[in-house]
Amino acid sequence: METFWFVAIATLWLGYLFLEGFDFGVGMLLRVLGRTESERGAMLTTIGPVWDGNEVWLIVAAGATFAAFPGWYASLFSAAYLLMLLILLGLIGRGVALEWRGKVDSDRWRARWDAVNGVGSLVATLGVGLLLSWNILGIPLDASGNRVGSPSAVLRWDTAVGALMFTGFALVHGAVFVSLKTDGVLRRRAHRFALGCLPWGLVPLLALVLVAQLREGFTWTWLPALAVPLAAAAAWWRLRAGAEGQAFALLGLTLAAAAVTLFGALYPNVLPSTVDAANSLTVQGAASSPYTLKVMTWLAAFGLPAVLVYQGWTYWVFRKRVVT
Amino acid sequence: MEVLDLARWQFGITTVYHFLMVPLTIGLSLLVAGMQTAWVRTDNPRYLRMTRFWGNLLLINFAMGVVTGIVQEFQFGMAWSEYSRFVGDVFGAPLAMEGLVAFFVESTFLGLWMFGWDRLPRRVHLACVWAFSLASVASAYFILSANSWMQHPVGVELVDGRPRLTSIWALLGNSTVLAAFPHTILGAFAVAATFLVGIGAWRLWKSRDGQDVWRASVRLGAWAGVVAFAGLGITGDLQGKLMFEQQPMKMASTEALCHTEQPASLSVFAIGDVSSPDCENVKSITVPALLSFLAKGDFHSEVTGVQDLVKQYQEKYGTNYPVDPRLGELSGKPIDYVPNLPVTYWGFRLMIGLGALGTSGGLAILWLTRRGRVPRSVWFPRTALAAIAMPFLANSFGWLFTEMGRQPFVVAPNPSGVDGVWMFTARAVSGLSVGEVLTSLIALTLVYGVLAVLEVTLIRRYVRKGLPEDEPAEEKPADDLTFAY
Repeated sequence: METFWFVAIATLWLGYLFLEGFDFGVGMLLRVLGRTESERGAMLTTIGPVWDGNEVWLIVAAGATFAAFPGWYASLFSAAYLLMLLILLGLIGRGVALEWRGKVDSDRWRARWDAVNGVGSLVATLGVGLLLSWNILGIPLDASGNRVGSPSAVLRWDTAVGALMFTGFALVHGAVFVSLKTDGVLRRRAHRFALGCLPWGLVPLLALVLVAQLREGFTWTWLPALAVPLAAAAAWWRLRAGAEGQAFALLGLTLAAAAVTLFGALYPNVLPSTVDAANSLTVQGAASSPYTLKVMTWLAAFGLPAVLVYQGWTYWVFRKRVVT
Repeated sequence: MEVLDLARWQFGITTVYHFLMVPLTIGLSLLVAGMQTAWVRTDNPRYLRMTRFWGNLLLINFAMGVVTGIVQEFQFGMAWSEYSRFVGDVFGAPLAMEGLVAFFVESTFLGLWMFGWDRLPRRVHLACVWAFSLASVASAYFILSANSWMQHPVGVELVDGRPRLTSIWALLGNSTVLAAFPHTILGAFAVAATFLVGIGAWRLWKSRDGQDVWRASVRLGAWAGVVAFAGLGITGDLQGKLMFEQQPMKMASTEALCHTEQPASLSVFAIGDVSSPDCENVKSITVPALLSFLAKGDFHSEVTGVQDLVKQYQEKYGTNYPVDPRLGELSGKPIDYVPNLPVTYWGFRLMIGLGALGTSGGLAILWLTRRGRVPRSVWFPRTALAAIAMPFLANSFGWLFTEMGRQPFVVAPNPSGVDGVWMFTARAVSGLSVGEVLTSLIALTLVYGVLAVLEVTLIRRYVRKGLPEDEPAEEKPADDLTFAY
């Protein structure tokens, strides 16, 4: 049951990175791909109906961690306090930028909010990337699960490789999404950008996967670890052939393979301690009681499929390409 | 400044702020759903224009509710990690339910509603706004269950010094949440109703066009307001009676009842310093025996005062904090069981006073606009606009007294519950440095301040413009999605 919830939380993170990845990407690329006001408007319209629902994946990932592994929730977010603050500020800026930019009819107003959106998306992706690499590679925890040392104690060079992993992925993913959801010159520009960006944009993710695999990985996690570059290469190949939908799906596969490797390498820990392996929080040790997990399992068994159905339906309703 | 004080200020500021947006979203979304239903059923364009006008205000406000809500989701882990560890087995479940059952529906169907005007059949589109608003009501239920458990822990056993959930139904059916939920939802209605009246009255007085829209909005708001404020009185009374049983100290300090009385008289208004628990310098205007009635439902029961309660609490929960470096300057110090009396005493009175003002205001509006009348005095829109602040303040005062009246406990002991299931606030905070919490407190307060100015500016601009001229549901081509962005 504990392991099931570990997998469930990994899945929630995967859902979050996959879905919000493209709307962060769109936010960062607004000024890069959108040359005119109407192009930027079109780009935002592609994510408009869905970004808020995508963000809920993060909220549910956090809430489910609180319910299923309170120790994990408490240790990670208090140890990474200032980083969490940055992520939250990024999310706040990005969220209001999306909702308020169209509320005043002025180019200067919109340009400012687009800048806030870009910076907010950048900060949030950097922050989430760093947070996850801290989680996978470990932070200094004492026996009661608290951070040892000052706020800077969590900074280490090897976790820095992960900082760019979500940003790079989001840029590629966002560009592919724009080319998938728009038409005309914007679609072509996004397509070209995605092709050029894909090879280096996924490097940090691959680097993190390799570091985690070499350090903590099992034999079986080599399989998903090797699938990461293969899926990425296939995505590039399908994108070059103009099959944007397939490329988008293959990017999802790349991310899924990476998530399986990273969380697979993490298991049976949920949050490793770099001070002493005995202080690491484990799936068994940090979990809630069997009764709470049972309640949560019933909830997820009915809740998650329903979410997938109606969120899927939203994408179906707005399936048409947006034209400028 | 200690980490504990900073973290408490931060939680207070971010929560009170978040709860300015939340009741407006809940109340307004239900009213907008009602307007759209009226349009779908009658085909009267007036209701469509109402839906569009108030719906846009709803969206401006919703953005803020979302972004400030994310902070809340993480704050327990960030600043209150000891609390999270202690209660995680119980408290996390309603939070996860809120996300999975309510937030997903809320955000997804809001997106569909916002962008779906031309894409969805009318009735499906209407169902989206209902799904959105009912999910926002459901989210209130889950978060209030979590909060009510902190006021009155039920459905748990104590294992290894930590509460462990034994029944989720006990938690969701806690008598505290059953009383708090209707009270909160009615409070949300009061906010939205006053919002409708305030803005509608100003537009009614100011504009020539759309008089029928503004009139209907004002009348709808006034009716909703009268019903909400009256309901608040009834549910508030129920809550009060529960609280006398469940958290006697909170209610005794709310009434500044220093000494046990039988029958107990109700203090209506106090002159002097209510901050000391011996009440030596307080002159109070009282109504004999009324407090006994509010507490127990009769006019002769005994109500225990603050000083006797302090003795009981000291016996049960100790006289001093344990010696523990993590408690900072409170380590080994005597425990102060009396909440901040001025806040609880005046917060409660302001909440009730503003509520009573709301009821009479709503009735006055209904009288002034009866049978097609439109008041011409400039004081009509001025008073109505100023009144918008009133239910917001009443909500905030209510929460301040509820939460600060719980102190020094973060999880208040349940007098008839399992022994040992309680926690001091001083114990709950994370082991952070002052610098960290100070940084986040300043950053969040500044950002929230800027956003507040922007939101009010946006709402004012939008209201000044008056009714949206276009009717995209009929005129705009299907590919144009400019409703929102």
